[in-house]
Amino acid sequence: MTDFLSAMAAFWATPVGWTVLTLVHVLVISVILLICIAFILLADRKIWASAQLRKGPNVVGPFGMLQTFADLMKFVFKEIIVPAGADKFVFILAPLLSTVLAMGGWAVIPFAPGWVISNINVGILYLFAVSSLGVYGIIMGGWASNSKYPFLGGLRSAAQMVSYEVSIGFVIITVILLSGSMNLATIIEKQAGGFWNWNVFGGSEGGWWHLIATVVMFPMMVVFFISALAETNRPPFDLPEAESELVAGYQVEYSSTPFLLFFLAEYVNIVLMCAMISILFFGGWQAPWPTPYLQHWWPFWVSAHGFVMMGVKILFWFFMFAMVKAIVPRYRYDQLMRLGWKIFLPTSLVAVAAIAAWRVFGPVNGVYG
Amino acid sequence: MDLLAIAFYLLALVACVSAFMVVIARNPVHSVLFLILTFFSSAGLFVLLGAEFLAMLLVVVYVGAVAVLFLFVVMMLDVDFGSLRQGFVRYLPAGGVVALVLVVEMSLVAAAIAGKNATLRAPSTNGVSNVEQIGRVLYTDYFYFFQAAGMVLLVAMIGAIVLTLRHKPGVKRQDIAAQTARTEASGLRLTKPATGQGISE
Repeated sequence: MTDFLSAMAAFWATPVGWTVLTLVHVLVISVILLICIAFILLADRKIWASAQLRKGPNVVGPFGMLQTFADLMKFVFKEIIVPAGADKFVFILAPLLSTVLAMGGWAVIPFAPGWVISNINVGILYLFAVSSLGVYGIIMGGWASNSKYPFLGGLRSAAQMVSYEVSIGFVIITVILLSGSMNLATIIEKQAGGFWNWNVFGGSEGGWWHLIATVVMFPMMVVFFISALAETNRPPFDLPEAESELVAGYQVEYSSTPFLLFFLAEYVNIVLMCAMISILFFGGWQAPWPTPYLQHWWPFWVSAHGFVMMGVKILFWFFMFAMVKAIVPRYRYDQLMRLGWKIFLPTSLVAVAAIAAWRVFGPVNGVYG
Repeated sequence: MDLLAIAFYLLALVACVSAFMVVIARNPVHSVLFLILTFFSSAGLFVLLGAEFLAMLLVVVYVGAVAVLFLFVVMMLDVDFGSLRQGFVRYLPAGGVVALVLVVEMSLVAAAIAGKNATLRAPSTNGVSNVEQIGRVLYTDYFYFFQAAGMVLLVAMIGAIVLTLRHKPGVKRQDIAAQTARTEASGLRLTKPATGQGISE
């Protein structure tokens, strides 16, 4: 038996074993993520319905719990219609690309201490890169449909997502400056010790003086949240699909499974953004209180503790996304551009300078503390 | 052949083939999409070299922003695809010369590196991530060059804005501050006109 175990351990260290192990990791995360998305989608509809004093989906399964699976079946068994004159290859590639990129972002998200597929040094940049690539699925889908409404939706989305990426980038830089690292696990570990050490309250360095940085970091969190809404095309920034103007924007011509993939990518991206905001500003898997008791716990329970904390934060932010969808009316396109370029960009740029100055002249270098 | 070599040849092959397709694709939008694939494969090559920061920058800047604008412009253009193909043979000699020069230069560089017995792998970093390494070099030894590069970009950007920005007189413009400062008293007037007379103003 021990021979067998050591042989297995040796096998996992070989390139083939490593590949198999990583593939299994990816598979497990993808499946769990998809199942969670199914219920998160239902939660979105339920929250939206409650805000409008409706019941929401309540027919399929208890409390409508299986509604998403019924929708899945419906989508999958319909015919894929490719419009005449459409660029077939790009038309099919677009939703696939959207979904692959959305799922790909989860490769670097740490769910609990040590629970990450790939703990790369530039994890935060990778997330930024992947979310900025998401725009291609939409542009390609809009263009390949060979129709005016999808095309307009695609163009709108290109301009919108590029605009808001700029401010997201600057907000991320403030967090990198505070943490001194681009590694997501390091960023989370630095926020240990209670909610007052979270980045939204100025990070953990510099004694209690760090709370002064809240003045900058809290608005940055708000900027990030609003930019995340714009980046994922959620209401009030759902102009690429504005159903009252463009029917459904870039996805007008899509039916069946390709449409399902677009839909799925949108929600995976939303939850990814929720995970990002939890990690960057709210301490990821850290509890909001000091956790010295974790030293005495079994590793399994420590991981479970981390999963619960991370899950609660992601769900909270998803709830905020859903509430925004329920209560905020859609922006006009010029207002959207003005908000992105004339308000968020200067604000976040000043914040980057402020946090950089804070790191150099502030208490972190021992001037006050 | 280890995994690294397989990954390298795969990425290099994809990069070369898609770079070739950029030139020969019939549809300009397809050209841009192939260009994106080329960028992406090159980013993969950077990762193999251990330069993950450069790889991510390549993806964020070129794929995430520059190529989006390319695609944006190319999609908006009403291009007659037939006439675009006409010049292909005419431009072939010039393009061929440029390609030849590049090939010769690159072979010389590669030969020089091979002559010095340098390996393809990144130098040892002593546990310092390459983000930090680049930062240390960029903000110490090359600080003025770095700032100068930033200034050049700023000047180019402002120049482009100055050249294209026109304030036409007589165009109604939104004044956001005035809009939000409007109150019920300043923005609304209740009148009671007599029948058949209307409001005189």
